[in-house]
Formats: sequence, C-alpha cells, structure tokens
Amino acid sequence: MMKIGVLGLQGAVREHVRSIEENGAEAVVVKWPEQLDELDGLILPGGESTTMRRLIDRYGFMEPLRSFGESGRPMFGTCAGLILLASDIVGYDQPHLGLMNITVERNSFGRQKESFEAELFIKDIADDYNAVFIRAPHIVSVGVGTEVLAECDGRIVAARDRHYLGCSFHPELTEDHRIARYFIDMAKASKASLANS
Amino acid sequence: MNTGTDRVKRGMAEMQKGGVIMDVVNAEQAKIAEEAGAVAVMALERVPSDIRAAGGVARMADPRIVEEVMNAVTIPVMAKARIGHIVEARVLEAMGVDYLDESEVLTPADEEYHLLKSEYTVPFVCGCRDLGEAARRIGEGASMLRTKGEPGTGNIVEAVRHMRKVNAQVRKLVHMNDDEIMTEAKLLGAPFEVLLQIKKEGKLPVVNFAAGGIATPADAALMMELGADGVFVGSGIFKSDNPAKFARAIVEATTHYQDYKLIAELSKELGEPMKGIEISKIAPEQRMQERGW
Repeated sequence: MMKIGVLGLQGAVREHVRSIEENGAEAVVVKWPEQLDELDGLILPGGESTTMRRLIDRYGFMEPLRSFGESGRPMFGTCAGLILLASDIVGYDQPHLGLMNITVERNSFGRQKESFEAELFIKDIADDYNAVFIRAPHIVSVGVGTEVLAECDGRIVAARDRHYLGCSFHPELTEDHRIARYFIDMAKASKASLANS
Repeated sequence: MNTGTDRVKRGMAEMQKGGVIMDVVNAEQAKIAEEAGAVAVMALERVPSDIRAAGGVARMADPRIVEEVMNAVTIPVMAKARIGHIVEARVLEAMGVDYLDESEVLTPADEEYHLLKSEYTVPFVCGCRDLGEAARRIGEGASMLRTKGEPGTGNIVEAVRHMRKVNAQVRKLVHMNDDEIMTEAKLLGAPFEVLLQIKKEGKLPVVNFAAGGIATPADAALMMELGADGVFVGSGIFKSDNPAKFARAIVEATTHYQDYKLIAELSKELGEPMKGIEISKIAPEQRMQERGW
C-alpha cells in the first residue's frame, strides 16, 4: 500500500488524510522529520504559510524536506503548501523550500471576503472541478518544463513540475478526491521508477 | 465565481486549525505575533483584562487600529463587533477584516438577538458554553466557534468546562436514535436541522477553538488535549514579561500538545504569567460568558 504523508504542523491536515484514505492509500501525519523516511509521497497542506515556515525552522524540517524532494519522491502543495514549494515568491528575497520551478504571489485574489468557489478544467484530472479558493495565492509564471494544469480568470492555479504538484485552491475541502488520486498515481509511478534505477 | 459561500467561510477557519490566534492592540504587537507563528491576530483597542479593569461600555475598536494591524501583517486579521451590532459588523466587513468575532467581551448592543451571520460575506466566529448555544450560532450562520471561557481572567476553568460540555453533548447526540433528536433540540434550545447534521457527520460542522482564560503554554496544550481545534490567547501574551518568547512557547505547545518534555522546556523561565482571577470573586453580572444566549 502507498504511504502518503501530510505535513502536520498546522492547517487542514485531517481533510487531506481523509482524501488519501478515500483513495485506498495509507496516510501518515508528519510531526517530526524522522517520519519522512518511510513515505512514498508528501502533501504540504493549506494553512498559514508564515506559521508553517516558523515551525519548519524550529523543528529542523528544512533540510529533510528538501532532501525528500531531491530524492525524487513526489510532493504536493495546496495553497500555503504551494507557497512553501515555490522557487520564487513575489515580494520576497528568499523562497521557502524552493523546489518547484514556479513563481507565486501570496493572497493575490484579495482578502477573505474575496475568497470564492469556481468551476475549473484541470488537465488530465477533471473538466468539471469545483475549486475552493481561500485567501489564495496564484502562480504568476512557470519555469521551463513546468506544465500548467489549470487556470482561473486568466491566472495559473495548478501546475506540475517533474514530481512536484501544486495548486492554489483546496481540494481537501470538497468530496471530490480526484486530485489526491492523481497525486497517489504520481507516487506509485515514482516508486516503481526509483526501484528500477 | 461565488464569494461568501459556507464552504469558503468555514474553510477559512479550517486553515487555522492547530494554530494560535492572538489578541493585539497595535501594529508592533501584531508583528511580534506573526513572527512567533500566530495563524491570525485579533485587532482590539484593549485586551479583555484591560476591558474588565476599565469597566464602562466596551465597543468595536477604533478602525484606525484595525487598519494599522491589517497593514502590518500578511496573516489574517480578525476584529470584534458587539453582539447584535449590525453596523459595527458591516463597518468591519467593509474595511476588509478577514473574520469577525461577535463577542461577549464587548458590551452587547442587543440583549435579545444575535446577528444573522449568514447574510454577510465575511465569516464569523462566536462563543459558546454548550451545544445548544453552539447550534444556535451555527443556525445563524457562524462559520467557526470558540468556547466562551471567562475572558481576561487568566483562569482556564471556564474554558475547560465549556469545551468538555460541548464535546460531551456532541458525543451523546451522535449516539442517539433519530427519533430522539427533536426532543433533544427542544431541551437544548437548538435548531433541529443543525443537530441532525451533527449526528450525521459525527462532529460539529465548523471548527471549535478554545478561548477565555488561557494563560500558559500548558493551558493551551490542555485545551488541545480536550479536543479544541486551536486556541485564542487574549490577555496572556502581551501582559507577560517577554511577549515574543511567551508567544512562541504558546504556538509550540499548541502544535506539539502531547509532547510533555517539550512543553516543560518551553515553559522554563517565561517570567510571571498574568495574575489571574478566581471566578467566584467575579460578581455574576460581571461575567462576560453570561452575555448572549
């Protein structure tokens, strides 16, 4: 069985756990860096990116998370998690993990009262996806080799760069588990190819 | 694109889970809170213990303070409106505040009616002492709950009472037969449909934080242990000797609430916590938790 972790420092952790389990994989709530070793993939959930970053630093997660990504195991960031993964953040000198080749802008749809739901086409995943955007970031531009998976109102809101998947909305807040399914398939494929290499 | 839907309003609170929301009275405190890892700040004119000390009528904060705090941080900013004060709530919504607290910490504007929170685009958090009160607020459209506790006392006992009560009543409801729920609704004074939904899902449909009396990292961890989704810390932080250190300690104790060695470490030399008040020493008419219904 595939073992997928959810970084459990803060945010919508249990919703991601449910969506992993709905897809028949095992979910692990990750509170300490040692737990990363046993995983086939890792989800960085929605929450407050500033808070998560503080806790990542305090518990020595920075390097272990980077090496997790560099080992070729898939990572999926939603909303705050997307900001953590990005290689560039508008208005900031330094990224957080800096693993995924994209530039993001925080809170780019406005404050909470501008938060919204919208129907999306997501390449290879769904053509009728109800996405929930909460104080959401968006992807300003993608690097070479990064594929745009979805746009909303002319802004990029989901993308994939090698084994990194990211979206600016919250798939975990709906009953539609197709994106988690897609991510678990990524983890399966990478597990197979890592085993063969 | 649909704004102000239940999913968007409740989802905002879901993102705060496992976190600490801190009361602040100016931009400088807001920055300290953000730096310490707060998931949101509550912009106020006075913290509850000062409101208690000052007496008189406590109202919505000066919009200037709220604006200052909003400009100082990138985390969400909450603000309090008086119970039933439609205009204070609309003013804060118009300013772009991310979350409103229809709060018993302020002097109620209406002793009979709470706000119809479903009419607003901005989400609301409300206090509760039991499941009846929680369900009434959800029925009116609250997207997040918190225990009332007894604010500004530094005494955790009321928050513990309220958290245990709500959770015990939820457990009881979940195990009831369907034909028993209408009578339970009558006894609790709770909307029938909200109770049905809680029974079906096995839990409250919105997150429930702890508030009202959290004064130490161990208090915050205790509330998490009792099933809180996160904590509000009011007077505790900026009334302590070293607010930055204290704020960090509360955040860590909330994240790792079952790591007792860690809590011991981070509780060391935090300085004098706020003095605290025994509840029986507060006259019943001075108890904030009795405000609202």
